[in-house]
Formats: sequence, C-alpha cells, structure tokens
Amino acid sequence: MKALELKGLKKVYANGKTALEGIDLTVNDGDFFALLGPNGAGKSTTIGIITSLVRKTAGTVKVYGIDTDLDFQGAKTHIGVVPQEFNFSLFETVWDIVVNQAGYYGISRARAAARAESCLRQLALWDKRMEVSRTLSGGMKRRLMIARALVHEPRLLILDEPTAGVDIEVRRLMWDFLVDLNQRGTTVILTTHYLEEAELLCRNIAIIDHGRIIENTTMKSLLATLHAETFVLDLARPLTSLPTAGDFLLSLTDPTTLEVVVEKGSYLNDLFAFLSRHDITVNSLRNKANRLEELFLKLTGDSAVSVDG
Amino acid sequence: MADPMPMPQASLKHRYLISVWTIVRKEVTRFTRIWLQTILPPAITMALYFVIFGNLIGPRIGEMQGFSYMQYIAPGLIMMAIITNAYANVVSSLFGAKFQRHIEEILVAPIPNLLLLVGYMVGGVVRGVLVGLVVTATALCFTDLQVQSWPVTLAVVILTAALFSLAGLLNALFATKFDDISIVPTFILTPLTYLGGVFYSIDMLPVFWQKVSLGNPILYMVNAFRYGMLGVSDINITTAFSVIVLFCVVLFGVSLWLLERGAGLRT
Repeated sequence: MKALELKGLKKVYANGKTALEGIDLTVNDGDFFALLGPNGAGKSTTIGIITSLVRKTAGTVKVYGIDTDLDFQGAKTHIGVVPQEFNFSLFETVWDIVVNQAGYYGISRARAAARAESCLRQLALWDKRMEVSRTLSGGMKRRLMIARALVHEPRLLILDEPTAGVDIEVRRLMWDFLVDLNQRGTTVILTTHYLEEAELLCRNIAIIDHGRIIENTTMKSLLATLHAETFVLDLARPLTSLPTAGDFLLSLTDPTTLEVVVEKGSYLNDLFAFLSRHDITVNSLRNKANRLEELFLKLTGDSAVSVDG
Repeated sequence: MADPMPMPQASLKHRYLISVWTIVRKEVTRFTRIWLQTILPPAITMALYFVIFGNLIGPRIGEMQGFSYMQYIAPGLIMMAIITNAYANVVSSLFGAKFQRHIEEILVAPIPNLLLLVGYMVGGVVRGVLVGLVVTATALCFTDLQVQSWPVTLAVVILTAALFSLAGLLNALFATKFDDISIVPTFILTPLTYLGGVFYSIDMLPVFWQKVSLGNPILYMVNAFRYGMLGVSDINITTAFSVIVLFCVVLFGVSLWLLERGAGLRT
C-alpha cells in the first residue's frame, strides 16, 4: 500500500516564485524514507502541502489512498508532523501541549492522557511534563515535538530535520526511537542535513533540487553509484615518501595521515596488502566524507552550499 | 494504528465536538492563567468610571430617561467591557498563535475551518461574558440594577461578544506585526464605543449627529442591552437586534471565507 503519493505537485507562491515544478513521489507503507535537498529546494514546501500549511497550485496528494482534494480532514488523521522550527506555545506545559494536540484530533481527554503518558515516557520527557515548554533544553523541545506528533498514533510520520541542534546522545536516542517506531509499522519520512543520519536510517531516498525530484531510488542503489571513496588512514609511524601504487591514489596530508582514493571495483584487502608490503602500519581508518554526502554534492552541484532548510 | 477508512458520521461529529472543546478549553485556560491582565483590569477601570462619572459628575447631570446617571451608564459600561474583551481575546490569542507558529498545531489537525472559527469565537464569547459578570458585580457595588428582560439581555451579550470575537479574528488574520493588533482597538473600536451612547442618550444630540450616530453599530448593541436591563432604549429593539444579527452573519461569513482561502494562516 502507498502511504503517500504525490503526482504533478506544483507550487507557485504569490510573489511568483516557483517552489515545486510538478513533482511525482511515492512512499510505500512501512518505509523509512529520506527526502533530501539543498536550501530552498522545495522540501519544506512539499511537507507544507502534505500537511495543509501550504496550498498547492496543481497536482494531487494522496495519503493512504485518500485524496486531499476530496477529504483533507480524513487524510490528516493519518499524518503526524515534526516541523523544522519549534512551533508550540512557550507558555504551556509539556503535558498541555501534548494532550491538547490529541484533542485537536478528536481524542477524548482520558484516552489523550493515556497516550500522552506513553509518548512522554518513551521520549524521556515524563519527568518534565509539568514544566512550561520554554524552560526545556533544545533536545527536550525536539522530543516534545515528536511526542506531540505521535499522540494521535499516525500511520505516517513526517520529520523535518528533527535532530537539528541536539547533542549526539539525544540524537542517538531519537534514532533508536524512530527505528523502533518504524519497525512497529509507522511510515517515516525524514528530511535532515545530517546525511549520515539519512544513510543510517533510511531505506529509500529522494533528492529534490530546484523544485524537481532529481533522484528517487533505494539508498543501496544510490550508494552503489559512487565511483570512488576517499579513506583517511592514521599511521603508526611517520612516512617520509609515498610508495607508488597502481590501483590507489595516495596522498599525505601530514607525515602520519594518509589519504587513499579507492575506485569502485577495487578492494580494501588489496589496499591493506599493499600497505603491509611497504611496512606501513595503520592505526585507524575512516571515510574522508560521508558517502551519501559525496553523492549529494555531485547530484545537486552548486545548489548544495548547505543542505539544510 | 488508525483505520484508513472514513469514520462513521456519528463518530466524526463526536470527534469534531472534542476538537472544538479543546480549542475553547485552551482559550479559556489561556486568559484565566493571565487573569491579572485579562479579568482584573476591566473591573478596576469600571470602578473608576463609576466613581468619577457616577458618583462625582452624575449627581450634577441628574436623571436620564427616568434613571440615575449611574444606573443609566451601567449597561453601556458593561457592554463596553464585553466588546473590548471579546475582541482583545481573539485578536491577541490568534495573532500570538500565528507569531509563535503554534496555530500550526490546529492547522495540521483534521479540524475544518468552520470549527476553528467557532472555537476561537466561543473563546472570545466566554471571556466577554466572564468580564461582563465581573464588571456587573463591580457596578452592583455602586448602584442597584434590575434586569427587565433576561432573554434580551442574554441574547445581546452573547451576540455582541460573538460579533466582536469575529472582528478580532479578522484583525488577527490580517495582522503581521504587534502594532497591527492595536490599531483597530485604538483608532476604531474605542472611539465608536465612546460615541455609541454609553454615556449619553442620542436624543441629547443635534438631529444631524443623531443621524450620524445611527451609522455606529455599537449604538445598537449598547441600546439593546440597556433595553434588556433598564427597559429604555434610543433604538427600536427589533432594529437593534436586526443590525446585530446582520453584522454577526456578515462577519462570520467573511471570516469563514478568508479561512477557506487560507488568508493569513496558510501560504
């Protein structure tokens, strides 16, 4: 079943700016889907249209088969959204924000209270439930927005940069939570400017640029198109000169740091065999850049000065 | 997990009832939480009006249409408090929600625009009525008031509060900065209220200004309310009700039309 189906989605703002050029996109039920793109590419506009905050110029949106032109209210019962910016009242308590949100979805106070407790406990906010929202830390505010988006138990959760500005501990907690949520059947659409996050969590990916979908495939297929990867090796002993290597492009950034470009079709085993032959001992190895980031920059070209927004 | 099939109508109605109740509850919680800014000031302002206009100046003016000046101005002052508070509640709450963007909580939820409108309007009516009660209690500390017609009094209070809640909502939809939510109350609402027969009967005005006053909608509300409480009015009660209902219908229709177009809330 299709969780989300966009066809010919177009948006021209009142100032004449075209944000979406007629995009087609399908997200299947149960997917963990990444929607990436540079600043101003049209991600937030797309999410805005799906959630009714932005009025589309043309095209159709279907959420679990419900056409939003025919029954937007019905479609919205299936959607939970975590926006990019904090958008809750700064004067309300955590509890009121979450319980009221359930009320807007027509959930009775008693059921809302039970669901709110469950969400707040899962997101480690239960102890903060009586705190006024403005007193929360940045990470807590992000988790509050996730709890609020989940209180009506949506089938489709859309997260617009949910981990922006949170520390790594909280980010990992949120990753685990989202993976668990997805495994329990919730379809997740994620936009993020942490591309390792998208690579780690998402199975399918679409890249949007200048209001057009320029790539829409599985994460594995996309990563397989990468022609070369650059690895950074920390050496045990300093090198004074570089050995000649046929299959690998080597460069020294300093005497104990070696960069190696490995072409597609070459193997790391061969690299290590070569290094051993030249008595080069490696302490550690890492990717110079995230693989998805390299592809993203390649696909979006000049647009990708920054990938948030 | 939610059922993808449309909900049965009965269930849908129940769901919508809860949605509206949640908006109203949130609105009432908001203005009662800040009661020092919302409930108390009208009581103090009205007490000052009664002391100055009623006790000090009133005896020099004498009777108005068979009532002491204090009794005569009391319905107008109560109505003035209802008007300004119903208006202020919706304009400040909705604009605040727009400014902080938490209006999106409601916009992304499956709530039809009609219910959003009703929710905010009822919130404004509740504040208007509550402040009206507080001001009436204040008035009773200074003078005796007898209600001549409860149905007229209650109907005027609720319709007027609804009308100005809708006006506040319209103001909030178009407001883009905080200045915009004070322009209408300062330059339109307050002059119209003061010139709406709160402190005088239009019979005291020259004929020309009497005719000009008839263009002021607040005159009809003040006089209808005065009729409900004291049984006297400068305006025919049927005409007054017709004007109030007409304004309510027009403002409700315009507000709903704007919400359906996404004006001020959706891009």
